[in-house]
Amino acid sequence: MTQKDINEYSKNQLARFFRQMTLVREFELRAIEERRGGLIPGFIHSCVGQEATAVGAGEALSKDDVITSTHRGHGHLLGKGGDPKYMMAELAARSPGYCLGRGGSLHISDFDIGILGANGIVGGGFPAAVGAALAFQMRKEERVSLTFFGDGAINQGTFHESANLAGLWKLPVIFFCENNLYGEGTPQHKQAPIRDLAQRAEGYGFPGVIVDGNDVIAVYDATVVARERALSGEGPTLIEAKTYRHRGHYEGDPMIYRPDGELEEWQKRDPIPAFRKRLIESEIISEGELEELMGSVQEQLDEAVGFAANAPIPVAEEALQGVYADTHDGLVF
Amino acid sequence: MREITYSEAIREAMAEEMRQNSDVFLIGEDVGTFGGVWGVSNGMLDEFGEERIRDTPITEAAIVGAGLGAAMMGMRPIVEIMFGDFLMCAGDQILNQVAKARFMSGGKANVPLTIRVTTGAPGSAAAQHSQSPESWFMNVPGIKIVAPSTPADAKGLLKTALRGNDPVLYFEHKMLYGDSGEVPEDPDFMIPFGKANILREGNDVTVIGINMMAKKAIQAADQLQTEGISVEVIDPRTLVPLDKETIIQSVAKTSRVVVAYEGHKRAGAGAEIAAMLAEEAVEYLDGPVMRVAAKNVPLPYSPVLENYVLPDTGDIVSAVKSFWNPT
Repeated sequence: MTQKDINEYSKNQLARFFRQMTLVREFELRAIEERRGGLIPGFIHSCVGQEATAVGAGEALSKDDVITSTHRGHGHLLGKGGDPKYMMAELAARSPGYCLGRGGSLHISDFDIGILGANGIVGGGFPAAVGAALAFQMRKEERVSLTFFGDGAINQGTFHESANLAGLWKLPVIFFCENNLYGEGTPQHKQAPIRDLAQRAEGYGFPGVIVDGNDVIAVYDATVVARERALSGEGPTLIEAKTYRHRGHYEGDPMIYRPDGELEEWQKRDPIPAFRKRLIESEIISEGELEELMGSVQEQLDEAVGFAANAPIPVAEEALQGVYADTHDGLVF
Repeated sequence: MREITYSEAIREAMAEEMRQNSDVFLIGEDVGTFGGVWGVSNGMLDEFGEERIRDTPITEAAIVGAGLGAAMMGMRPIVEIMFGDFLMCAGDQILNQVAKARFMSGGKANVPLTIRVTTGAPGSAAAQHSQSPESWFMNVPGIKIVAPSTPADAKGLLKTALRGNDPVLYFEHKMLYGDSGEVPEDPDFMIPFGKANILREGNDVTVIGINMMAKKAIQAADQLQTEGISVEVIDPRTLVPLDKETIIQSVAKTSRVVVAYEGHKRAGAGAEIAAMLAEEAVEYLDGPVMRVAAKNVPLPYSPVLENYVLPDTGDIVSAVKSFWNPT
């Protein structure tokens, strides 16, 4: 895909890309800090380094579109408009968290803005994304579903079953693969016999495209094209965004599996400084304005952490609620 | 009242709900042109068209998961899985996604999804097409489990599933499809979950029969009646939720219990009922809670072997008599 000139995007849009990527990065760093500090009891799979995929894709979607996310989902949720306050409260296992403290990092959802849920099962979210798209198609609604996943999940059976069904019925689905080169602790080349996972789309009758996953504009453009294709009834697209996970599979991962120097090479291609440089060089946004945006992110996160830390914790017996909608006079709970 | 078959009752429940609610649709392998491999959706394609009677590839995980996604978007899918044995192809989707979606989301995900699936041994179908997997799913909270034994229950329980807001695994016994019985024509006829059916009143022994074994329990009761033993037959109708109250009341009267189910004996549905009685009704019991169930081996192909493994009417009779003639 030929890249458009940066001047073709509005200043507002570019500022949003920058602010949202900064929000994702800083949210992750805060979460890591608060986990160390004890506010967050559960484990965290951070997406540091993958901000351009989450934000580029999220910005290309409308509020009515839906996503399914993964264990490494904080960026996807923020990119889709998730509120860091309720996310942080959920990570801190507090009552006002997105899932009332029942879900945690792996299961955050917000049905009001189309976040159908992060997922603790690698490859668990594909079929639901297909089903949401089926509902949109049957009801003739102008909406798409986008399912985020990694290079590890593409080897799960659910990818293949879901891609087949979506291709067969030309459903408005975007399969968004963040190829960060590692499935947990095993490199991608030891997990699949092909390097470009986008090739897999061909077997299911829809296009597979490769984008630089560290370039937020490239990701945005590819997602816009995929979305238009989906809405026009032509069916799914597989986007493979090549990127890199700066931190371990989970916080605390000793990362003994990474070759020396690899992280440093990718850090040179960190999506946020690279984008910042482009913005300043093109003279669209001044350094001062960027500093202001970064300051507003810090304020927002201070507020989120404060909200989480001061939020009430659940009452133990609440664990028995919310399993079913209809409890049949209390017979099931 | 008019009589229709168990199979027709299921079809009628689906068709009525599809007529009155455009969000209801049927999706599964061979449900359309073929009419369902068991013939349950026969003719529905003509009335509702291929959008709503939707044939799929052989892809259980995607079918169930698509049902989940569509349900969360406000549709009311009916997923048909041809054999209970195939449910585990969609195991993660059922147990980790469908069953937990509401809870994990803090109660916000709505999952009005009904999974219709066959259960039981149809005869020489061997180890991968004959199982009764109800209890596999009883251990995981978040999914209701329905096991109708009569045409009226088949209709009334399915209507409750289709109008409810929770995921339901609805087990249709293959050997009951042809059974006929009276079924109300009222389009709002529904049978609530968690209300057991006392199929036969009696005083000496309670036999709890699940699905096909409820029918066999009645046959056993008829036979035992001629020998002077009065059997109360209870069909729980739903295993999750379970109507403990009706079961315990019956046991308070009879003091003796046999639980009959076609699944394997170990950790089966009857094991849960026996444990519940041990915890909550032991003071009423005059003897052990007996389980009549399939032996703990895979179901064999040979009729001789299969009949040996499966529970039958005679096994219920023997279990009942053992209260007076312990071996």
